[in-house]
Formats: sequence, C-alpha cells, structure tokens
Amino acid sequence: MSETTAADPIHDFIASAVAEHPVVLFMKGVPEQPQCGFSAVCVQILDHLGADFVGVNVLQSDELRQGIKAFSDWPTIPQLYVKGEFVGGADIVREMFSTGELKGFLEGQGLIH
Amino acid sequence: MPIAQADLEAILRDGFPDAQIVVEDLAGDGDHYKARIVSDAFKGLSRVRQHQLVYAALKGRMGGELHALALETAAPA
Repeated sequence: MSETTAADPIHDFIASAVAEHPVVLFMKGVPEQPQCGFSAVCVQILDHLGADFVGVNVLQSDELRQGIKAFSDWPTIPQLYVKGEFVGGADIVREMFSTGELKGFLEGQGLIH
Repeated sequence: MPIAQADLEAILRDGFPDAQIVVEDLAGDGDHYKARIVSDAFKGLSRVRQHQLVYAALKGRMGGELHALALETAAPA
C-alpha cells in the first residue's frame, strides 16, 4: 500500500484547515490550555499581537500528530500556518516576533491592525 | 531517550563540516538543547529551509530521542 497514492484523510483535513482559516496553530493542547511550553509561547505571541487564530490540538489523535509532521516535512510541534503557508515552529515564531518581522508579516497580510 | 551533548555535536558536525557550531545543554538533562549553527549551507535559504536541513542532518532523531532542540541558524555575515 502506497501512502502517496492512497487517499489520505489526515492530509485532507490539514489542507482544508489551513485553507479555511488564515492563521492556524497546530499545537499540543488548546489555546486556553496549552500542554507544552513551546505551544504556550506561540499562543502568547499570537495573542499579544492580537491575531485571530485557530488552534488545532494534535494530541486529539496520533494520526494527526504524525500527519502534520509529514505535511510540512517538519518534525516538531507547534507549527504555525498563515494563509496556507507554513511559517515555522516555535524557534522561528519567537525569532520573527522578537525582530518585529512577525508583526509586519501579519499586518502585511491584513490579519492584524 | 536522551542524547549526549558530544554525540549531538558530532552529528551536527557531520552534517555541516564547515560550520561554526555551539551546542548548549539547557536543562542539564541531555534532552533540552540549544544549537547555534552558522554555515554557508544556509545561504539564501528561508529559516524554514535552514531548520529543515538541520533536521535532515539529525536523521529522524528530532521529535524522537531528541525532545527539544532550540535552533538558531544563519549564514556567515
């Protein structure tokens, strides 16, 4: 059975989540109660910038937890997507926040004011 | 399953022979590291691509035996 030809419902779920919502954070736990320090930092940064985002809890299913890693070719969680594009994990989000780049990027996308 | 700092450094050195590499053991538990890697290999690449190169060099250890590795990557100035 080939993963590339078989229909992959997890891939489709992720693809439609990032297509449907402008800012999506795949995280451990939920925004109100993150279950990992790295996820918590990303939530705090997005909240601080006033960005509306959807948090997807990867701990709800092991398929999703593995699927998101394959989707982005990225081995860790959290993962931030803006307008369907993978922006980065916790280090990149933190670095872009501290340089002001993330704010400028989200403003440029019309996602914060 | 933790990984020794010297082993982590050797793996990164293997992947980026030309690089300046500084590894810090953040928690002293062999499981939470920070690595700063400055290599020509990163020239012209986005941060996501730079980190993907590092994860590739780690050959599947990231997210497995290596729980936390904070990355800072850059091309030489």
